[in-house]
Amino acid sequence: MAHNIIDVRNLSKSFDISSKESGLKGTIKHFIRRQTKSIKVIKNISFEIKEGEIVGFLGANGAGKTTILKMLCGLIYPSEGSILVSGDLPFRRKENFLKNITLIMGQKQQLIWDLPPIESFYLNASIYDLDKFEAKKRIKKLSEMLEIDEELFIPVRKLSLGQRMKSELLAALIHEPNILFLDEPTLGLDINAQRNLRKFLQKYNKETNATICLTSHYMKDITSLCKRVICVHEGAISYDGKLELLLKKLSPVKEILIVCRSEEDAIKLENSGFTVKNKIKNEITIKVENKSITSSLKTILNNFDIEDLFINEPPIDEIIGRVLIKKDYDI
Amino acid sequence: MNLRKYLKVYKKFLHTSFASELEYKTNLLIDLITAIFSLIGSIFLLSIFFQNNENIGGWEFKQALIIQGIYTILNGITNTWFNPNLTEIVKHIREGTLDFVLLKPIDSQFFISLKKITPSGLLEIMLGFCLLSYCIKINQINVNLSFITLSSITIICSICILYSLWFFISTTTIWFVKTWNATEVLRSFLYIGRFPLNSFSFSLRIFFSVFIPIAFITTIPSEIFLGLSHSWKILLEFLVAMVFLFTSRKFWLFALKFYSSASS
Repeated sequence: MAHNIIDVRNLSKSFDISSKESGLKGTIKHFIRRQTKSIKVIKNISFEIKEGEIVGFLGANGAGKTTILKMLCGLIYPSEGSILVSGDLPFRRKENFLKNITLIMGQKQQLIWDLPPIESFYLNASIYDLDKFEAKKRIKKLSEMLEIDEELFIPVRKLSLGQRMKSELLAALIHEPNILFLDEPTLGLDINAQRNLRKFLQKYNKETNATICLTSHYMKDITSLCKRVICVHEGAISYDGKLELLLKKLSPVKEILIVCRSEEDAIKLENSGFTVKNKIKNEITIKVENKSITSSLKTILNNFDIEDLFINEPPIDEIIGRVLIKKDYDI
Repeated sequence: MNLRKYLKVYKKFLHTSFASELEYKTNLLIDLITAIFSLIGSIFLLSIFFQNNENIGGWEFKQALIIQGIYTILNGITNTWFNPNLTEIVKHIREGTLDFVLLKPIDSQFFISLKKITPSGLLEIMLGFCLLSYCIKINQINVNLSFITLSSITIICSICILYSLWFFISTTTIWFVKTWNATEVLRSFLYIGRFPLNSFSFSLRIFFSVFIPIAFITTIPSEIFLGLSHSWKILLEFLVAMVFLFTSRKFWLFALKFYSSASS
């Protein structure tokens, strides 16, 4: 059984933030005597992550997801509580710990702007103490996985955002880290680039058993990569568990659109005890609870003359949108 | 600290910096020409000061040229290493890209202080050494082992003081976020270093020796060239350099505890 690679206990973080009134008076007041107040952005959170898990952090803008990731990788000192990442205290940033992790931020880049990505890869390889032969081997392997080739030799400033992101990933993974912290890695990418990136992360996780902590506002990233999600609401955890369970809880009912052979059949179905949402001629939409969907379908198919039927899932974005504004989910 | 690894990384820094600079050939050419004209301009300015005075603060023109030579070397070092790297700290902190530096298994101060170089500054360093060689000839300086050792030590100490001052100011960005102006003021003060310390009034001499030891960093090495320096002065410069280096290092490590990273 996989062991806990990340262990967070009663973690809190406060920042001193200054506020400014509008107008010239406010600006002068702000310049002379800056008023700061301490804001608790992370409030007493606890969770564990097992080795090899892919966990998605969900939350609205400013909920505290990135702050959590930055504390996990040791960039920010926690105000209270404890964090252990692969047995180390992250904020000590010991060499062995740093060789084990990586952080990828969709909106920031580490590649040297004027040079082809290959130069940044070899620079990173020397920082991670890899010899030229090993670096070359890893670059070849990762570039095949990421499906980039000629792009390695084109200056970064001339690459598209998708190509640049793939190169960023390669630069961040050249030392083969066990723990990946990804902060909105698909930000700004087109649909195909997003899909390719997700495919790569799945493959990387499968091949290396790396643990991945991911934040993203694209629900497709979360649904296709993460079995488990941690929902963050105003700095506190509102849900920690399986994504599937959360979706079921938030959307306990499915809609079934049934196209009957005749209008008489539709009327018969309407009066058979199902919860009907609407009926137009021979088309009828009923609402069925998730747990009784199989038995309901059996009853419909056995007792009515059906031409076609469609099961509609509510849009995932809409469901997750509800998570972002709710404080607590007891599942 | 794994010295072999750091040398290997520094070799890569040099390679990527040169490659980046060579991407913009015209800019590099302009920088090289500017370095030559800047030295000619400085010598011309110095010669104007000495037109009606045989000596300033006890220094003759040919002696003052030594200060100019040392200043040119230090300015070259500033332009080659300090300017491209230490001004970048402000950018790293404002934009949050310091995150990438801090997560690398390498000393963060080493990384941000030496990652880039500006090759045109190297020409300035070479020109400074040429000027110093000329000064050795016209001042009939006896070049022996003790002269080479002492002048090298004092010039290295001067580089350490200058670096520490600049690094110290850049580090304060972690709290103040924007400190461009402070580093610009420091650069302006560096111009003071082109003139002998004795040419200033007593109060200014104290200011530029104790509070911002700019004049100190060119005058003491120059005095070595002229055989005017006392051993206590050399020892003092060495101590000041060590204290500055140590303090700037400790200050950086202390400041990192307050780094809150930029929001995404």
